[in-house]
Amino acid sequence: MQTEIKFAGFGGQGILLSAKLMAYAAMKQGSFVAWVPSYGPEMRGGTAYCTVVISDKLIGSPIIKNPTHLVAMNLPSLEKFVNDVKPGGIVFINSSLIPITSNRTDIEQLVVPINDIAIKAGNIRASNIVALAAFAAKSKLVDLDLLKDCIKEEFAAKAKIIPLNMKAFDEGVNFANNNI
Amino acid sequence: MAKVLMKGNEAIAEAAIRAGCVNYFAYPITPQSEVAEYLVKRLPEEGGVFLQGESEVAVGYMIFGAAAAGERVMTTSSSPGISLMSESISYIAAANCPAVFVNIVRGGPGLGGILPSQGDYFQATKGGGHGDYHLLVLAPDGVQEAVEMTMQAFTLAEKYRGPVMILGDGLIGQMMEPVEFPDNLKTEPSNKDDWATNGMDTRKSKKRNLVKSLFLNPTELNNNNLALKAKYDQMKREEIQFEAYNTDGDYKVLITSFGTMSRVCRTAIDLLKEEGIEVAMLRPKTVFPFPEKAVFDAATKESCKAVISIEMNMGQMVEDVERCVKGQRPVTFYGECGGDIPSPEKIIEIIKAMI
Repeated sequence: MQTEIKFAGFGGQGILLSAKLMAYAAMKQGSFVAWVPSYGPEMRGGTAYCTVVISDKLIGSPIIKNPTHLVAMNLPSLEKFVNDVKPGGIVFINSSLIPITSNRTDIEQLVVPINDIAIKAGNIRASNIVALAAFAAKSKLVDLDLLKDCIKEEFAAKAKIIPLNMKAFDEGVNFANNNI
Repeated sequence: MAKVLMKGNEAIAEAAIRAGCVNYFAYPITPQSEVAEYLVKRLPEEGGVFLQGESEVAVGYMIFGAAAAGERVMTTSSSPGISLMSESISYIAAANCPAVFVNIVRGGPGLGGILPSQGDYFQATKGGGHGDYHLLVLAPDGVQEAVEMTMQAFTLAEKYRGPVMILGDGLIGQMMEPVEFPDNLKTEPSNKDDWATNGMDTRKSKKRNLVKSLFLNPTELNNNNLALKAKYDQMKREEIQFEAYNTDGDYKVLITSFGTMSRVCRTAIDLLKEEGIEVAMLRPKTVFPFPEKAVFDAATKESCKAVISIEMNMGQMVEDVERCVKGQRPVTFYGECGGDIPSPEKIIEIIKAMI
C-alpha cells in the first residue's frame, strides 16, 4: 500500500516543512517514506512543490505523476495539479487564497481558510501548520499526537513559537472535523 | 541507532564525518550545496577543517595536498565542478593518493541544467582527466546507500591509495529518506608513514617520502602505470558490487540500470509482474569495476531474449553492457536526460514493445 501527497504553493508558505513533518511522522510510525522537493532557481513568491511518498514496502520510483492526494496552498497549484490526483483522493484547498473549487466529482475536496485560521490563532506564518493539521485529520494518514510531537521536535530550537503552532494545529484539526 | 530523516546531501556530509573525515574543501554548486552548508556547521564541532576554495580547480589541489599528507579528505561537487577538478583527479590517481570525490550529477553538457542526470557515467568510469587511470566508482540508488557508500569510499580509497567517486545525482542529493548510520569508521590509514608527506616529526620512520605524478624516465612511468593497472585488476577481482532484481524467474527481458533510474525500473518490474510479465534487472552498484560476469550471466539466461539499458543520459553504460554481453543477445537502450526522470509507465510501455 502506497500513498503519495503533493504539497504545492508559492515559496515562503512553508510547503516543504509541512511535507517534511508529514514524512517524519509517517517514518516514526514505521513506514517507508520519501520526501522529494522540486528544486530549481526558486525565490520567495515563486512556485514550490514537494511530494511525500508513504509506503509499507521499500519505495521504488519516488517520482510521482499521479499522487493520491493534493494539498493546494494557492490557485496556480490547484489549477496545475488537480487533474493529476487519483480518483478517490483528497484535494485540500486553501480557500483564503483560492476562490474556486474543482469541478471533479471523483475526489473529496477539503476547503479550509488556513490564512484566516492562522491569523486568528496568532500569526499568519502558522498557516502551513493549519493546513497540515486539517489534512492529517481528514486523511488519517498519521497519528495526530505523533504529528504534534514531530512539530515540537522541529521547532525545539525556537521553543517560544511552539504554543502558537500547537494552537494553529488544534484549530486546523477542529475545522476539518467540524466542517465536513 | 534510530532512523533519521535526512536529505541525501546532508546524509553524505554526516557519513563523511562518521568515516573520520575532518578535511573538506569545496566550492558551492547546485544541486549539492547542502553538503557544504552542513559541514560548515558540523566540522568545527569535530575539530575539522572546512575551506571554500576560490574555484573547483583550487579545491582539487587542496584535496591533493591533504591526501598527499595522508589525511582523510573529501570534496563534493556537481558535474561542471567535477570537470574543473578532473586535472587534479588525474594527478591524485597518478600520485597514488587516497581521496573521496562526490559527484551529485546534474544535466549537461556545458552548464546544462540543475536537475538530476546520469550524463557523467563516461566521465566517472572512463577517465575525465587525462592518462591511464580509473576511479573506483560507487553508484547509490538512494539516501541509505549514499551513506553506506560514502563511508565505504574512505576505506576503499585507503585500501587502493587512489581516488574513489560517489556517482549520485540531483534527486539523491535533494531527496529526504529515512537513514540509519552504520558504526563509525575511525581506523587511521595504517601504512601512511610509508608513503605520505605527513611531516618527519609525526612519524617513527626516518625515510623521506615523495608524492609525485611526474615521471620523466620512461621505465619509471611505465612502472607506475603497471602499478595502477594492477590496482584496477585487483578492484575487478575484489570490489565488484551489484544487485540482481527478480532474476530468479524466467524473464524475457533483462534491464540494466543504475542509481536513481534503477528505482524507477524496479517499480516498472513490480507492475509488470502483476500483469504476469517477468522482467529482471541487473544494477551495478560499482560502475567501475563493472560487474562484467554478472551482466553476461543474467543476459545469457536461457529465457532472456533481449537486454535493455535504461539510463538518464543518451546511452553511456549501455556500451559497457554491450561489451559484457558479447553479442550473445540484442542490447538496446532507452534514456532521457533533460532532467525529467522517465516514469515507470514509460518503462512499461517500452518493455511491452520489446516482447
